[in-house]
Amino acid sequence: MITLNVNGQDHHLDIDPDMPLLYALRNHLELNGAKYGCGLGQCGACTVMLGDKPVFSCLVPAVVASGKPVRTVESLGSADQPGPLQKAFIEQQAAQCGYCIAGMIVRAQALLEVNPTPDEQQIREHMAPNLCRCGTHVRILAAIKSVVASGVKL
Amino acid sequence: MAGSLPLVTPFGTLYTTNITPDGDTGIGRWSEAAFTRAMRKGIARDGHFLYPAFPYVHYSKMTDRDISDAYAFLMSVDPVRSVAPDNHMMFPMNFRPLVSFWNLLFLHGDPPQDDPAQSATWNRGRYLVEGAGHCASCHSPLNLIGGEKGSELFNGGIVDGWHAPTLKGMATAANPWTQMQLVAYLRGEVASEHGGAAGPMLPVSLSLAQVPISDVQAIADYLLSLQRTVDGPPAPPCQALKPAAPLASEGAAIFAGACASCHGDGAPMRAVDGRPGLAMTSALQADDPRNLIKTVLEGIPLSTGTSSHYMPAFADSLDDQQLVALAQYLRTQSCAGRPWANLDKTVTTIRSEGEPK
Repeated sequence: MITLNVNGQDHHLDIDPDMPLLYALRNHLELNGAKYGCGLGQCGACTVMLGDKPVFSCLVPAVVASGKPVRTVESLGSADQPGPLQKAFIEQQAAQCGYCIAGMIVRAQALLEVNPTPDEQQIREHMAPNLCRCGTHVRILAAIKSVVASGVKL
Repeated sequence: MAGSLPLVTPFGTLYTTNITPDGDTGIGRWSEAAFTRAMRKGIARDGHFLYPAFPYVHYSKMTDRDISDAYAFLMSVDPVRSVAPDNHMMFPMNFRPLVSFWNLLFLHGDPPQDDPAQSATWNRGRYLVEGAGHCASCHSPLNLIGGEKGSELFNGGIVDGWHAPTLKGMATAANPWTQMQLVAYLRGEVASEHGGAAGPMLPVSLSLAQVPISDVQAIADYLLSLQRTVDGPPAPPCQALKPAAPLASEGAAIFAGACASCHGDGAPMRAVDGRPGLAMTSALQADDPRNLIKTVLEGIPLSTGTSSHYMPAFADSLDDQQLVALAQYLRTQSCAGRPWANLDKTVTTIRSEGEPK
């Protein structure tokens, strides 16, 4: 039995301790925002927050996440009430196929919570682990910068 | 080449200087004679003593021709206007003239004379290792005043928190290096039965990948000829615990969930790409757990412009206790007879070393 605290709520799950957090989130908690991309920590599609740090949930065993607060893209807003980053991503039309977007938003959230006024270079370096195969990086950057410019506190 | 890279030494922090040919902030106004004096004597154009972190102790062993070529190359790159931050050296090391005494002790240059009993390749290798390559700067212990201990040359050292292993006895170690493996490793590739470069050795290997392969082969020839000089029998070969550690352990679960997609026996990287099993790697065979812990915490960054090994960092996902469990499990899989002692303390220390002060 593993206890995961996800988006502020405890879940007691009958899963193996070595199950990647990503599988527990998607298959057991039906939180399908984080995506399976490479399974090797090379693409960032599965990015969630562990504490206040962005991590590759495909490489976080459930036992490692147990007892620590996990936050997924679902905690940042809903389709009806998108959060500031989600809204900006929609306004900038940053998604093409959309597969990487949940990971992108979560990683950006982690940056802006710690540093609300990053410059372009800091944003680029922070976002580097997350890949977009469609190549919408320019719009993703624009979306993040628009939230920075708006001065909204995340 | 525009400098400003911080070098953390036991005596304070130094910042590398601008060696592009910018007139005001670089070496654009340096004559070749001034450049040669800096390389051979450690004295800047304006006469001040350079700190020995600039390895003139080794560069002094380069030939006139190579120093002249280095000057010509540096003068050909685009000038960059950039001033390095001020150094933060502790008293009394912040008083540069003291370096002159240091030089009396440690600076005895001149290119090594060829040893006629050895091959041309070996002699070329020794020239590169002792001169431009300055391998001993990291791979030797430093004495109290930051000089390489002559008697312990190549016995291994610590650099940026990583263990720079001994370069002696590599050919006869329990897990010996072949020439082909060492050449691959030195050129930024993954060596069979050993692994790839990480930490401060990674940029070194990526640079060596750009020099003629014959020079890297010469370096390997020379290094593999260095004999083990430590007294006593060599450490026995590492062996895994048989049967393997129980799979129910926390370390095993962490390995399965965090590492096995690349490092498990059936992982495509192993099966398709022929990468060595973790148990074979230098990091796990070493009696110092530093390099394993550093690699897991920091990962291995992507190298731009070349295909290379890469590993994500786990500093943000594994806490100290989980890292200890993982390290213990992996060591049991590779070298059960010699468990790492004091892992808890080592992990905590290494993590705090890596945090910004």
